[in-house]
This record gives sequence, C-alpha cells and structure tokens, in this order.
Amino acid sequence: MSAGHRRLDIEEAGDVTIAKFVDKKILDEGNIQVIGNQLFSLVEEEGRQKIVLDFSNVEYLSSAALGKLITMDKKVKAAKGKLRLCSVRPDIYEVFAITKLNKLFDMRENKEKALEGL
Amino acid sequence: MSNIEEFDVIIPSETSHGREVQEKIVASMEARGFSPRDVFGVRLALEEALVNAIKHGNKMDPEKTVHVWWQVDEEHVRVTIEDQGPGFDVSEVPDPTDEENLDKPGGRGIMLIRAFMSVVEYNETGNKLTLEKRSGADEDE
Repeated sequence: MSAGHRRLDIEEAGDVTIAKFVDKKILDEGNIQVIGNQLFSLVEEEGRQKIVLDFSNVEYLSSAALGKLITMDKKVKAAKGKLRLCSVRPDIYEVFAITKLNKLFDMRENKEKALEGL
Repeated sequence: MSNIEEFDVIIPSETSHGREVQEKIVASMEARGFSPRDVFGVRLALEEALVNAIKHGNKMDPEKTVHVWWQVDEEHVRVTIEDQGPGFDVSEVPDPTDEENLDKPGGRGIMLIRAFMSVVEYNETGNKLTLEKRSGADEDE
C-alpha cells in the first residue's frame, strides 16, 4: 500500500471493488496525492477492473481532486475496466455538472444502483 | 446594525496558510447567517483562487507572499487576492469543458470560481483577483 494513512475504505461485492473516500474534505494537495496513489494502485498493482467510488462522506473537493479522478478514469479505461461514481451529494454534483464531468464519468445515485449491471 | 468584519493579511506561499485564511472567511460567513450553499461556493472559490495564487502565481516561492484582504457583512463577502507572480491573460485559459479538454486533469479552477461567485474580476496583469458573493444570490436566478 502507498505511504500515508489509508484514505479509502475498500469493500468487495462479487468482482466489484467499492472504494469509499474516508475524508470529508478532499482539498489538501498532499492528501490528494495519497488518495490518487491509493486509487491508481487498485488498477495498476491489484489489477481490479470494476470499481465503484463511493462519495457519501465527501462534503468538499477541489479541482485538484477532479484531476485525480480524471486520471483514474483514464487508467481504468486503459485497463479495459469500468469505473462508476456514486452517492455524490448535490453540492458536489454541481461541481461535476459545471465542469461537464458528469458526462465523462458514469455517476449513479447510490451504491446499489452503481452495482447494477456492472 | 452594521456588522462588518475587515481583514488584511499577508501570507507565505504555502497552501496551508491559504487554507487558514479560507477557514477564517468561512467562519465569518457562517456567523453572519450565510446559507450552507453560499458557504460551499465561496469556500470552493477561495480554495481554487488561493491555490492558483500560491502555486501558479508565486510558484511556491518562499520569498514571495500573497496579500489577501476581505470584508464580510450580512449581505456580501468580498475578497481580494494578490500574488507576486507575473500574472496571466485570463482570456487565454482554455475552456475545460471543450470536448478536447474534457479529459485533461487540470484547468477547472477558474471556471469553478466564476460559477460560484457573483463577481469575479482580474486586474490587467492577472495577478490580482477580486471576488464577491452576495448572500442568497443564487436563489434569485
């Protein structure tokens, strides 16, 4: 595992990996770096292909965090995997909508819906 | 009753100091009854603007500082952030929502600032940014 505290809670549901952000605020650059590395290792080191990112704890995130999510999306696509985002609260969803990233990411209302057909 | 808070600080080029300023402004807004939605938007805009000033403006140079002054009352919050970098031409920043830019990891900060603040003004050089949020402004739209 990457250096630093674990910033993701990992849960398995069949062949799907659910990674839930621990932090309420994903702002600090060092923290974003650690989160990015932990996300990327799911694909690059552990070879997981179906990943759901659970945002239920997340109250704030910055554009730097969006950058990591975009890179994660690219890595998952390169590995022919699937990435879904779920439980994004309305304020945060607005951030995705303003930047049109709601079109780039597959976003679902909650974990159950994210697992459907994955 | 007028209950204006004014502050004027000079901070080193470190994001942790930017975040302390952000927390002070947010606390001041909350104390004056701004809605959670307003607070969310201002916090996000300040995060982006301060990180831009510190990282892109001053390039984290320990010799350089960022000057922040703000005023908060029940109706608005107004924040000016000035870095000691060379500035930039805001009109040349690519649109991150263009199809060709959509999957690029950077370039969304300024867009978010514009979306969440009522007034966003850069000086001609591009090293000084003034932001204003009117309380409840979004509800009128």
